[in-house]
Amino acid sequence: MTKKFLLPGLMLLMMFSSCKTNSGSGQSAIDMVAEGKPEVAEITGAPKVPAPVGNRGPKKLIVNLETTEIQDVIADSIKYTFWTFNGKVPGSFIRVREGDEIELHLKNAANSNMPHNIDLHAVNGPGGGAEATFAAPGKEAVFTFKALNPGLYVYHCAAPPVPMHIGNGMYGLILVEPAGGLKPVDREYYIMQGEFYTKASKAGILEFDNDKAVAEHPDYVLFNGKKGSMLGSNMLEAKVGETIRLFVGNGGPNLVSSFHVIGEIFDNVHQEGGTAVTHNVQTTIIPSGGAAIVEFKVEVPGEYNIVDHSLSRTFNKGCLGKIKVTGNDNPKVYKHGTF
Amino acid sequence: MQKQLYIAVTLLSIWCSSCKQQEAAPHFVSNAKQDTITSIFTDVKMVKINGGDYKPFYGSNTALVKVAPFLVDERQVTNAEFLAFVKANPQWQRSHIKRLYADTTYLHNWVNDTTLPKDAKPNAPITYVSWFAAKAYANAAEKRLPTLDEWEFVAMADDSVPNARNKKSYSNTILNLYLEKNRQYNEVKQSPPNYWGVYNVFDLVWEWTDDFNSVLASGDSRAGEYGDKNLVCAAGATSATDVMNYAAFMRFGFRSSLKATYTVSNLGFRCAKDIAAKK
Repeated sequence: MTKKFLLPGLMLLMMFSSCKTNSGSGQSAIDMVAEGKPEVAEITGAPKVPAPVGNRGPKKLIVNLETTEIQDVIADSIKYTFWTFNGKVPGSFIRVREGDEIELHLKNAANSNMPHNIDLHAVNGPGGGAEATFAAPGKEAVFTFKALNPGLYVYHCAAPPVPMHIGNGMYGLILVEPAGGLKPVDREYYIMQGEFYTKASKAGILEFDNDKAVAEHPDYVLFNGKKGSMLGSNMLEAKVGETIRLFVGNGGPNLVSSFHVIGEIFDNVHQEGGTAVTHNVQTTIIPSGGAAIVEFKVEVPGEYNIVDHSLSRTFNKGCLGKIKVTGNDNPKVYKHGTF
Repeated sequence: MQKQLYIAVTLLSIWCSSCKQQEAAPHFVSNAKQDTITSIFTDVKMVKINGGDYKPFYGSNTALVKVAPFLVDERQVTNAEFLAFVKANPQWQRSHIKRLYADTTYLHNWVNDTTLPKDAKPNAPITYVSWFAAKAYANAAEKRLPTLDEWEFVAMADDSVPNARNKKSYSNTILNLYLEKNRQYNEVKQSPPNYWGVYNVFDLVWEWTDDFNSVLASGDSRAGEYGDKNLVCAAGATSATDVMNYAAFMRFGFRSSLKATYTVSNLGFRCAKDIAAKK
């Protein structure tokens, strides 16, 4: 008798809790109350990501971003004039929860030549914040938004001419986790693809080439703004048996990415960064200005190449990263010779 | 209750005074102290621009705007000239200026009210000045700021023709200049003038114009009478007359990021004058 009741009861409980995970106990995000005083959010440079939101409720968060125009190595000790959010390409990873209220401070460095702003694809509102954050050099702009739709979103500078601001590296990702958070995994990393159209400046440093951009003919297609950003001592790491989650974005400004990890199959792909999850995917397409969350368990040790499977970009234009998986061989899954 | 009343009165008085000053500013009503201007003498050469029809970068593709003949300074106002201006007009010195007229970075790199920044070249263009300050200077020099159309009309020229917009090299040359850092510390007139004899149109600083914010009037101008004038994101592509002119996009973008009180590290100005006013 007790057992009979227990089963439906359990099922009912599961139904409710799953409900909670997906849509915050049925409450729409717009009605969720963000408690407490605003806290400064943890933000990270690639390939790191901030700590998961877990079970916490909606909060008020402050996100600080600074736009800068800097010179840094793009490939093989060649320098390029990047425009950035927080001094790196891609910009800082922002991690929030649905129902959070985010106060976004955009400061444009005083030594900037250009005005900058931010359009976050996670925002419901005109320009994604771009109009509210248009900051002249040395000025700071603030706007506030409520995160309504869970998913992984691109943010980018939308100051004119936009392809140039994005082409110089002004993009990043913001993750809006559903209530209850994403399912915990062993490793999480942040990768963003973008292509660079270059010419040599008077000073010999590479800078944006307008004509090549219009022709969509890049010299470099890169992960995380630099050739070799995930090679050598910068390889991503994991152990055999671990599940890896990659937050992958594509800044563009023009190319669509055929994202693939050689020697792995994505167990789960949050298509286009949204709620729909597909399974057993070899290559997932990531639009310019789009993102995807891919998850896979690594069974066999070795080095795994992260590529854009439009492969000339990998072989000739720098679009290559690696995951180094360490641990014991797994001959049940993979071995040289015969089983 | 008393406290509430006090706050209300304070607010009212702030509102009144801000109202009054903002209205007064563009017209330089002489009874407010900030607006009493002592004239200054400048020896900058003015160049006559013949004017003519020109196609604005933003707006209808076919509508031409008539620019009347006018005079424009051959170069930007320099550090030395602005120093002379604030000496003659102490109310425009850093420690005396009202916040309504300039933000907190007004002349902030100066050593003090009447000393230029260390290492600053007297002949480099003045920067960290607000639109109000630029207007006041022009007033003191018995001139005015150029309008956006006048400025852009002059900017169409390269070194050999008055309108070089169709040349492929035109936008790219400007773009290269715009990308260079720390240009504002260089002296004026060290590079060749353009067709009109005007120097440093692109290579030193951005410049205030009288109506700098007339293209992007507000954050929500998408449904305006003249279609989509908004520069943010892709919207500009539908209303610009030359989508390959990235340099012009940058200029209009820069202007629309400004407020009249802003003072910026690479933003200066030059003056203009009506031809008629000269006679």
